[in-house]
Amino acid sequence: MRLNLESHLNFDETMKFIVCVKQVPDTTEVKIDPETNTLIREGVPSILNPFDQFALEEAIKIRQEGDEIIVISMGPPQAKKALLKCLALGADKAILLSDRAFAGADTWATSYTLTQCIKKIGDFNIIFCGLQAIDGDTAQVGPEIAAQLGIPQVTHCESVEKLEDKKLTAKVQTDDGYKIVETRLPVLITGITPSFFEPTNPPMMSIMKANKKPFSTWGAEELGGSKDNYGLNGSLTEVIKVYSPPAREQGVVIKEETAETAVQKLIDLLSKDKVI
Amino acid sequence: MISVDKEKCTGCGLCEKACPFGAILIVDKIAVIGDECTLCGACVDKCNVEAITIQRKKRKDVDLTLYQGVWIVAEIKDGKVRNVSFELLGKAIELADELKQKTCVLLLGDNVKKFSQYFSSRGANKIYLAEHEALKDYYTETYSSVITGIISKYKPNIVLYPATINGRDLAPRVAATLELGLTADCTGLSIRDGLLLQTRPAFGGNIMADIICPVTRPQMATVRPNVMEMAAIQGNNNAEIIDVPVKVDLQGLKVKTKEVIRGAAFECGIPVCEADTIVSGGRGVGSKENFKLIEGLANVLNAAVGASRAAVDLGWIPKSQQVGQSGNTVSPKIYIACGISGTIQHLVGMKSSDIIIAINKDPDAPIFNVANYGIVGDLCEVIPLLTEALKKKLSEN
Repeated sequence: MRLNLESHLNFDETMKFIVCVKQVPDTTEVKIDPETNTLIREGVPSILNPFDQFALEEAIKIRQEGDEIIVISMGPPQAKKALLKCLALGADKAILLSDRAFAGADTWATSYTLTQCIKKIGDFNIIFCGLQAIDGDTAQVGPEIAAQLGIPQVTHCESVEKLEDKKLTAKVQTDDGYKIVETRLPVLITGITPSFFEPTNPPMMSIMKANKKPFSTWGAEELGGSKDNYGLNGSLTEVIKVYSPPAREQGVVIKEETAETAVQKLIDLLSKDKVI
Repeated sequence: MISVDKEKCTGCGLCEKACPFGAILIVDKIAVIGDECTLCGACVDKCNVEAITIQRKKRKDVDLTLYQGVWIVAEIKDGKVRNVSFELLGKAIELADELKQKTCVLLLGDNVKKFSQYFSSRGANKIYLAEHEALKDYYTETYSSVITGIISKYKPNIVLYPATINGRDLAPRVAATLELGLTADCTGLSIRDGLLLQTRPAFGGNIMADIICPVTRPQMATVRPNVMEMAAIQGNNNAEIIDVPVKVDLQGLKVKTKEVIRGAAFECGIPVCEADTIVSGGRGVGSKENFKLIEGLANVLNAAVGASRAAVDLGWIPKSQQVGQSGNTVSPKIYIACGISGTIQHLVGMKSSDIIIAINKDPDAPIFNVANYGIVGDLCEVIPLLTEALKKKLSEN
């Protein structure tokens, strides 16, 4: 047994973890222009996808001395900022996959690109992905990488319970509770949602140190593979229209009433509108 | 690649405003596309002078007309067909009628033949049965390999999966294995020019996207529970049943389930993600004890009990019931938010509900901005009265 999270036993063999992250617009800061009903993008910061940060933090939590954590991300050159944050949080090495040829990638082309990178990195023990990106919300890239690599996947993982030599035990969310699963390594894990949904910021010292950690940028040349599989060319789905959802109608709010009259008014409204 | 015709571009800035990713800048009265561009095409639609074009490379592909039929992958849980399966069927029938193709159901599991009649009576034309004792429990490896094989053999035109925990695990695995496009969490599906038009929310529900899958077959999507209408029982019971022989071996399984633990407090409760009515409590409920009020109201409405993250963090209710960005995304017919202020993270998870009713003592709580009906008041007073009134009202109906 390599590591037991309870007893913190040390063993010789070291492990390599790869964490896939994405820089996203902070969708909680997005506002809708009430007149045009369109997105106001101005002043919306780009952040490290919070779910990816939780996945990274889980990798950091289970790491042992000698283990290596590599963060990888596909994105424009500005996405370097998100990777630097990962390095400041404790990752050892970062690789940015940036190339105009990668633009317009759907989940399949994205997972192809990340898979190419992972193959180039070579041997690894665990790949971590966040539950989903807060801009796309698809949760598809993780399982698609696992399928392309031909390794098992554990999705909706809440936490890693135990990590042994070639075996990992995880707590996994189900529709009505959770289950404990055991998987062989290598494996790809997605999920990790801590109860406190507040991504922390690394301290100043760590941010300064992060700039000195190994950082590489790879394009399509470095990744090899088939050019037809990258970006828009490689995408199997095509977005043909993007628009704002219809605005919700202004509702009726009953206030300054006693509880009795308020409830009566609500019941009357609900039956008038045939809700009940 | 995306390009801007400098001759045509007037620098009007419509595209700059339309870009959901902030990737366009007007420089010297010409639109300049930056690295943030995802080639989503929002600018192309907005441009009045057709100055922006996106060139998509067409793949050489097999004869797409070989792929026929609108399929759904049914989900069975605890010996019951999940309602979402009938919702998928309802939509599949509509799509198949439009395409003049057959509606087919893929039933996987152990001893599931008995469920065929439910789909048959609701209008399915064909039921593909893959029965094996090793398919009793869902495992990514077994289910994805069986479905991958069946799709390759029978060549459906469209395959719909439920966007449940298992469906969202399964569908991308199948899609990537077969190199197929897949659209997640669709809230709308229709046929346009013979193609499946898939509509889904993105950006935390702030934008909608219409997506097609032009070059690969089958066209695949996961569909949110509670969005589509269930297929109605039509009485006829003459679907063709096709037995698909499968070989499954659990010996070589890489991921094994060791233990299953149900949400302790809500053993008999309805999972939030498939309930058509949800009563949710937040910090404003005040205590674990007070959550009984929420449960009481939920009972009367035959609803699931949900919660905001705050209530889960305080240990009042298990995490499986959490609604919001870090929990479940739900879209029930009726969502009743009690003592939930309505942080953006919570709203993202429930904003697409048909009817939202909010009860909160703070008249300025953001939840009232999305609510169809609201009561400003003390929930400890309001909920018991509302529970009684609804009980009376529903017994009259």
